[in-house]
Amino acid sequence: MKRQIPVVLVGLFGLFMIFQYFVPHESSEWIYEFLLDWTIIIGIFAMALGLWSLYRVSVEKIRTRKPAWGYNYLTLVGLFTMMLFGFTSQNGEAWGWFFPFMVAANLTLVMIIQASVTKGHRGLFLGTAGVCLAVCIVIIIFDDTWGFHFETAEGLQSTMFRAFFDNILIPIFATMFSLLAFFIASAAYRAFRARNVMATLLLLAALIVMLRFNPYFGPLSPYMSKASNWLMNVPNLAAQRAIIIGVGLGIVATALKVILGIERGYMGKG
Amino acid sequence: MDFSTFLWTTFAAFLTLATYSFLYKDNPFYKIAEHIVTGVAAGYFAILLWHNGLVPKLWFQRIDDGDWWWLWLNSSKPWYLIPAILGMLMWTRFSKKYQWVSRWPMALYIGISAGIAVPLEMSNRVNKQLYDTMADLNWANFFGQGTYAMFDTTSGLSQLLIVIGVVAALIYFFFSKAHTGLFGGVAKVGIWTLMIGFGASFGFTVMARISLFINRMQFLGGWGQEAFNASGTTPNPNYSAWYQVFFWLLALLVIGYAAYEIVKHLRSRKT
Repeated sequence: MKRQIPVVLVGLFGLFMIFQYFVPHESSEWIYEFLLDWTIIIGIFAMALGLWSLYRVSVEKIRTRKPAWGYNYLTLVGLFTMMLFGFTSQNGEAWGWFFPFMVAANLTLVMIIQASVTKGHRGLFLGTAGVCLAVCIVIIIFDDTWGFHFETAEGLQSTMFRAFFDNILIPIFATMFSLLAFFIASAAYRAFRARNVMATLLLLAALIVMLRFNPYFGPLSPYMSKASNWLMNVPNLAAQRAIIIGVGLGIVATALKVILGIERGYMGKG
Repeated sequence: MDFSTFLWTTFAAFLTLATYSFLYKDNPFYKIAEHIVTGVAAGYFAILLWHNGLVPKLWFQRIDDGDWWWLWLNSSKPWYLIPAILGMLMWTRFSKKYQWVSRWPMALYIGISAGIAVPLEMSNRVNKQLYDTMADLNWANFFGQGTYAMFDTTSGLSQLLIVIGVVAALIYFFFSKAHTGLFGGVAKVGIWTLMIGFGASFGFTVMARISLFINRMQFLGGWGQEAFNASGTTPNPNYSAWYQVFFWLLALLVIGYAAYEIVKHLRSRKT
């Protein structure tokens, strides 16, 4: 029961989904959409599992005083704040008591964390959390300048949600990707030494593509541009096609192994 | 730029510099940026899933009696409660005794995904690429046209090279037969094709990263110009000395940390 039912479920649903692809009827299309919605809903609940896991791991690091444990407060406060911003929005121009509410809500979170990691003073932290929570509830009841919106996506358009996205997520993501320019340069130094024919081919192709937009090449730039375009659209295309075909066949083979119950790694141990 | 926008931009500049500080070594500023982005990104994607996945799929509706309101499932799709219950079964992973129950929703998810993948991957990846590779050769323009005929990607020769390259690279990936003799020779052509392809892709990736780096430098430059009211032709009517104060605060932070690290390094050399 513990291992057989999952194998049967995978086999049944897998074979059914393969079969429905070849049935040219609108009911088949409907079932496809329907089951796809099922996977999305299950995925959402898995996301909740992930969030809880993040909370537990962070609190555990704080409790056991792992190296750099203090920074985990930032993770949890960032998570909680972003979620609150996503569920709230202003009713007009005024902010009212929104920011005091945010401070009180975050203090509640921090006090709950402290209560779960501390060896003594648990009552003190829980009491403080209770007071902060009471402040939050009072603000929610009496402040009409903003409100919670769980059923509509107004939170996605709220000023603070967008500000966090534009000024925290975008700069850090862009900077992290651009950091790779430095690491890739050091990797290039090691990879591009012309030790044999193949390394030389790699070096030449990369150099031509990289020098394509270089303004200092002047009269050579049309040749560079054409050569780079040719490299990207002929040899690179051939290589990428072979890789894509290989990857596609690999995915199909793995999917069939899973459906037929040969590959059972997804069940874990036990 | 008004002052509140400038403050947000200053924070973004701080996070940008904090992330770049990793080039020197792992340090407290990088850790701050790293931990903030972990939490905020998780929160962002959770909210996206809630508003774009959970609410429209489970069809929450707001029932309002004037004084209070609550959320309930729309009765037109009650069978969507089944995946919701299955999704909740995933949470049994936290129980050592009942964690095997979480395999059921996982099995359903994997079964549906694997079943969808088989025909879709064959159709979208394998067959599509094979069809495009087996297109008719352009005999009318075999050696290319124009000043740079050699680099004409629409020429029959280029198309033939693509066919040869794909077949040779696929043969290189075929490990069930030893790469010797004619088979080995074709596999060698395959690895040359792959090396040129990897080189071109690598060069393209490097340029993409460098353009991102230039973008971040332009962002920092633009922020510095805003701090001194030097951007654009018309001065900022809301400009005040506070703009510069925040610029210098961040500059002091960077210089102070650099000085601290230099002094620490010199002291460690002495000892």
